[in-house]
Amino acid sequence: MIDFLSTIGRRVLGLFAIAGRLALFVARALSHCFRPPFYFRNIVQQFWTIGYNSLPVVGLTAVFTGAVLALQASVGFSKLTAPSAIPMLVVVSVTRELGPVLASLMVAGRVGAAIAAELGTMRVTEQIDALETLATNPMKYLVVPRVLAGLLMMPLLVLIADVIGVMGGFVVSSFILNLNESAYLINTINYLHTRDVVSGLVKAAVFGLIITLLGCFNGYNSRGGAQGVGAATTNAVVYASVLILFFDYFLTELFLTQ
Amino acid sequence: MTNSMTQAATAPKISVKGLKKSFGRKIVLDGFDIEIAKGESLVIIGGSGSGKSVFLKCLLGLIHPDAGSILVDGAEMANGNKGARERLRRKMGMLFQGGALFDSLTVWENVAFALNEGVGRRRIARAHSREIAVEKLNSVGLPEDVADLSPAELSGGMQKRVALARAIAPTPEILLFDEPTTGLDPIMADTINNLIVSSVQTLGATAISITHDMASARKIATRIAMLYQGKIIWEGSASEVENSGNPYVDQFVHGRSEGPIQLQVRAL
Ligand SMILES: Nc1ncnc2c1ncn2[C@@H]1O[C@H](COP(=O)(O)OP(=O)(O)OP(=O)(O)O)[C@@H](O)[C@H]1O
Ligand SMILES: [Mg+2]
Repeated sequence: MIDFLSTIGRRVLGLFAIAGRLALFVARALSHCFRPPFYFRNIVQQFWTIGYNSLPVVGLTAVFTGAVLALQASVGFSKLTAPSAIPMLVVVSVTRELGPVLASLMVAGRVGAAIAAELGTMRVTEQIDALETLATNPMKYLVVPRVLAGLLMMPLLVLIADVIGVMGGFVVSSFILNLNESAYLINTINYLHTRDVVSGLVKAAVFGLIITLLGCFNGYNSRGGAQGVGAATTNAVVYASVLILFFDYFLTELFLTQ
Repeated sequence: MTNSMTQAATAPKISVKGLKKSFGRKIVLDGFDIEIAKGESLVIIGGSGSGKSVFLKCLLGLIHPDAGSILVDGAEMANGNKGARERLRRKMGMLFQGGALFDSLTVWENVAFALNEGVGRRRIARAHSREIAVEKLNSVGLPEDVADLSPAELSGGMQKRVALARAIAPTPEILLFDEPTTGLDPIMADTINNLIVSSVQTLGATAISITHDMASARKIATRIAMLYQGKIIWEGSASEVENSGNPYVDQFVHGRSEGPIQLQVRAL
């Protein structure tokens, strides 16, 4: 019993220690975002790898999300209400929730893991040490470009996901459910609120920060060869996904009470 | 020994006092002292795992020692603030034991890294820095063809030489080489030895090298020091190392398994 309690105690203390180090890392990373020098080549490169290269996976997620929403809604509503209810359901849930959350979870798997693996390998092969000896701050050279790319590219990806998601719903409702096409578009516009879109984009920016910061944190602090890099990669994805869901709840509450 | 006496009047380039470092329960450095004068080429020898690489990392400020001081040109490296550490680091060039080449960059971008990206150094045009990089590659016996390859496409010995070229490219005042000739054939090893000697003699750099290769040590060292159990147990000139009269050094230099240094090995 004592053993059991002390194990739990150690675990909890360990978790607090990690949280403390993470907070310190985040503060350091964000403060470096505002202080020169900036490595523009790396920043552009990360915008490309994190933003552009995530388009297929985000687009695919979005189109099926919109499509399945329309399909699910078709059984819940009568013939009379369906033409307005389906587009409303699709556009509201995609812009507010499913667009940002699902896109971010997919990007966490793709980008978060890649960042953790790359920085982790650089750590264990002493490339990060080498950067420091070459008078280059690894925070500025490696972390800042990735964090900036996460912060700015994630909202852009989600904006695209919103459009594609609505299109997915449109395709299902017009070609499979054979509902009126113009009614779908008109209803979509009627129920499209700036507030919903903006709240989704703000969420996306926060999730983008979470993904890249956790990827960098886990990679940067990885220890002990290939196994350490593997653990860092897993942790980056798991922690980012959990934090995305957690922050999604609180951000939603924040936007709803406003 | 006479060397350090004549230099005593001027302040040493690097002065290390009472350096201690342990990882968990394992004590690695335990009161490490050494002074290195400007223009000297010191070779540190010692068994595998004795803490030679850890010492170089302390010197670069990559590992924080538990106790002791490291003065570089009279400024504190170990306990100084971050800005001071970064300024001191700019005087140093390091060859890592494993090369530590950036695998996201090409070979020439690796060599020219400090010229292209380094803070506080004069930034120069990429075309010009590529020329310098190729020149440095040639000086370590690599042809221009390798410049545009990625480090993963090179053999182990070639990677080592690229890493060496990267360390010397910004012509630092202090050169740190962690096993510069390991993994090279004897002829190439000798070429690298000559390169290190000429870097020290023509550029007036101060060099600290770690090596297990006694032929290389004799060639590049103006002074040899032996690290054993966290301390420098012997130091002297390269010619003295053969007849040091120290049983530990004797055993190491002549590569005998019998002697005061006992390895924890059990026969099969
Ligand atoms: N980051 C670290 N964490 C824990 N222990 C470490 C770390 N770095 C080095 N050590 C330990 O310190 C000791 C000295 O390591 P070091 O790399 O300095 O050896 P070395 O003298 O360079 O050996 P070699 O000649 O084989 O390169 C080793 O026992 C090693 O296990
Ligand atoms: Mg070593």
